[in-house]
Amino acid sequence: MNTNGNTYTVIYSTVLVILVAAILAFVAMSLQDKQNENIKIETITKVLSAAAQSDEALTIDETTDVLAMYAEKITDAFNVDGLGNVKEHLNTGKGNVRDIKVPSTADLKKQNDILKKIADTKDEASKAALLESLDLPVFVFDINGRTVTVIPCYGAGLWGPIWGYIALAEDGKTIVGAIFDHKGETPGLGAKIAEAPFYTSFQGKAFGSGEKVFAVEKGKHEDDPTCVDAISGATITSQALGRGINLWATYYQPYLMTMQADEEVPADSQDETNPETTQTVEE
Amino acid sequence: MKDINFKEVLLKPIFKGNPVTVLVLGICSSLAVTVQLKGAFVMALSVIVVTGLSSFVVSIIRNSIPNRIRIIVQLVVVALMVILVDQFLKAYSYSISKTLSVYVGLIITNCIVMGRIEAYALGNKPIPSLLDGLANGAGYGLILIVLAFFRELLGSGTLFGYRIIPQSFYDAGYMDNGLVILPPMALILLGLIVWIQRSIQKDLQEK
Repeated sequence: MNTNGNTYTVIYSTVLVILVAAILAFVAMSLQDKQNENIKIETITKVLSAAAQSDEALTIDETTDVLAMYAEKITDAFNVDGLGNVKEHLNTGKGNVRDIKVPSTADLKKQNDILKKIADTKDEASKAALLESLDLPVFVFDINGRTVTVIPCYGAGLWGPIWGYIALAEDGKTIVGAIFDHKGETPGLGAKIAEAPFYTSFQGKAFGSGEKVFAVEKGKHEDDPTCVDAISGATITSQALGRGINLWATYYQPYLMTMQADEEVPADSQDETNPETTQTVEE
Repeated sequence: MKDINFKEVLLKPIFKGNPVTVLVLGICSSLAVTVQLKGAFVMALSVIVVTGLSSFVVSIIRNSIPNRIRIIVQLVVVALMVILVDQFLKAYSYSISKTLSVYVGLIITNCIVMGRIEAYALGNKPIPSLLDGLANGAGYGLILIVLAFFRELLGSGTLFGYRIIPQSFYDAGYMDNGLVILPPMALILLGLIVWIQRSIQKDLQEK
């Protein structure tokens, strides 16, 4: 048979490519569940790690059973809209750790698109409708008696999406922990957002109010609690992270305000510090 | 039919014709994934699987491949194997697949795979080709593991993540060598291995 003719070559390559595509599609489909499970566990680890930074005695490493620990420490998880109203609750795995529900990065991206649309919309009526359509996730943990609230953030880095989880103290302002991840930032430069000491520099900082809730900018920022130092050599990633946190934190404000309001009611909060005094201590 | 010396096929790529130190192929990934033994070990296994299976498959279809699109067909077969390995790692060894990141995908461009297909699998029967692929993968893997052993021991004081250098050494002033973690030192270490091999095997020395 002439294996060098044009017809043979075209048919050969077509059959080969279709065959390979079929094999890959089959394998990808059959391994999908397992891979998604791994990604879910990774997200749970991130959320838990952010909360766990509030307590130095709590460490999470490869040997930790994150699912069990998450189910033990979490008190509630739910979505809020841009007006501060609590919407549906997410499964926290109290019954069965396999049922834990956390938003995927695709879910975060969807919310991020809505947030960007809101920021661009001038018309009040459609803005309000969009704010109501938001499903921003909130995770509430009980870490050794302290209530720690974890909220996500998302943004577009230099090469791909970057996202993270920020843990807030009882006042809904002070940051007690933060952790970030990325799809493919440059190793050694932008990828440093996922490493200490960058994420530990968020501890003790706080969300501000108004236009600038939070920023990542060059410099030391010892007097400015709403700003952390950027990573040198990774300006675009740092700025994107700052913008992402700022955007997300802005639309979490209505909910975080209700947390602050709750706290001012001195019902069962003798040992909790007043937001004003926390601020003074920080400064 | 020519006789094939199976012992030669299996053993030559491990030492005498090692793809990394003698043919100097696959250098990029051997510098990148040898910071820790665990990653190097999984990378070595992945490459062994890919070189073995793709040589085997190409050898089966070798007589039907149109000569003009030979390289493309080989590349499709190699890419198929690499993506399969990547998918399995993502499903069953997620944390390692994250450490190896793009380097699993980059096995496609590892010259050893294509080199063995062109040089051996296209002209030999499937079983010898499979063995040749596996052996070349193993030769690459051996260098990877030797490099990773020294880099992890000297750079982090651990092996497979377990602490080897006792805390008392650190208390006495010993420090991990940060340079060993970086790729340049891996290249120097690799050079040392080549040096040692050439001083044992005199016929490799150029006059």
